[in-house]
Amino acid sequence: MRKILFFLTFALMVLATWMTLFYAPTEIVMGHVQRIFYFHMGTVWAATVAFTVVFVASIYYLVKETAKWDTLAYCSAEIGMLLLTLTIITGSIWAKPVWGTWWTWDPQLTTTFILWVLYAVYLVLRSGAGGRGKKARYSAIFAIIAYVDLPVVYVSARIKRGISPVVFGPGGGGIDPAMMHTLLVTLLGFTLLFVLLLGERRRIMNMENALYARGGRGG
Amino acid sequence: MRKIFLIFRKDFLVEWRSKQIFPTMFVFSLLLLLIFNVAFEFRSDINFRAVSAVIWITFIFSGLLALGRSFSLEKENNAFAFLLLTPVSRSCIYLGKLLSNVVMVLLSELFILPLFLLFFLLNAKGISLSLTGEILPFLGVVVLGTIGFVSLGTFFSSMALNTKLRDMMLPLLVFPLIIPVVITSVGICSSILEGKPFGYYAFSLQVLVSFDIIFILLCSILFEYLIEDSGD
Repeated sequence: MRKILFFLTFALMVLATWMTLFYAPTEIVMGHVQRIFYFHMGTVWAATVAFTVVFVASIYYLVKETAKWDTLAYCSAEIGMLLLTLTIITGSIWAKPVWGTWWTWDPQLTTTFILWVLYAVYLVLRSGAGGRGKKARYSAIFAIIAYVDLPVVYVSARIKRGISPVVFGPGGGGIDPAMMHTLLVTLLGFTLLFVLLLGERRRIMNMENALYARGGRGG
Repeated sequence: MRKIFLIFRKDFLVEWRSKQIFPTMFVFSLLLLLIFNVAFEFRSDINFRAVSAVIWITFIFSGLLALGRSFSLEKENNAFAFLLLTPVSRSCIYLGKLLSNVVMVLLSELFILPLFLLFFLLNAKGISLSLTGEILPFLGVVVLGTIGFVSLGTFFSSMALNTKLRDMMLPLLVFPLIIPVVITSVGICSSILEGKPFGYYAFSLQVLVSFDIIFILLCSILFEYLIEDSGD
């Protein structure tokens, strides 16, 4: 199962890279730089999935108080942090030639930035909370509040008008079918990548926990 | 309801007799206003947005200072453990604490506001201050915004105190979460000072009120899990 997932993810990521570079047509206005958008969307999608996993796992932890949910939430948060950092970097690279700036306080960017800070605080809280039970409970509570907070942040940030492109939904421009295929493959690829990384991270965590349980030095 | 009020009364009496938090908060706010004033060098050409930001940053910083204190008092002599022994649900404890914190923070804000008026607004160009036009709406926003950041501040101060980092943890936890309060409160206050009509900031007001309701509810539910066992 693990091997199948690994090869499937690998194949899809290679395919996504190929499609991004060669299959997708060049955007007329933005040119080749637009191609980074597929990976930008891929990472932000997977980061959102990761954040949702943290939220759901945190609720389960508070209700059931079993350590596996805490492990799941923590691993997911770590990977989400990585993916979101990539999102911000790719977005910046895209924004410099297109908007003429590396960064701007547009609602989507503000919200992404705050999401990143919330992940960071989540990880700091875990490292500074104290005992294991307390760490798990506190971080779960923080994760739930943060998840509820994020839409409110977005709504309040939108009071000032934004410039991030709205591709889908009302007001969106619609896109070329070839671009759509590329995007879908990339999204799927990153979803699998997230699942794969999450599984591997959990394996490592469980090994660590098992080692501690055997009476290894606590850290 | 009565239980909430009793906890409120207890906290309020403790503060009333010890007078620990209130003077500290007042002097701290005063110093913040002074620092902002010398840093910005406002003259008569005042930027209302910046002035609103000044007052809210002052409120939030001094407010969090007081909130950090409100639970550490309970830690002395293990008072909180006894509070938990009383036949009162955890949500009630949270709501009582919230009420006493809101009242205390609001009171100190009430003392700061006239000075704020004197330092920043009195010789501003193009400002008209009438009771119903500007002052009352302004105070209303102050109340709503304070409820907003104190709701999360009260909740997380009890969490932060039990972590290894203690007081350092509180701003870290609270600041990113209260961004909506900052955006809306500062926005509405500057709109009011600029003399904009109500419709201009009605949406911000809706967001602020929803923030208050959402997080008071969420925090009072989650408070049960927060202090499940004070043993560890």
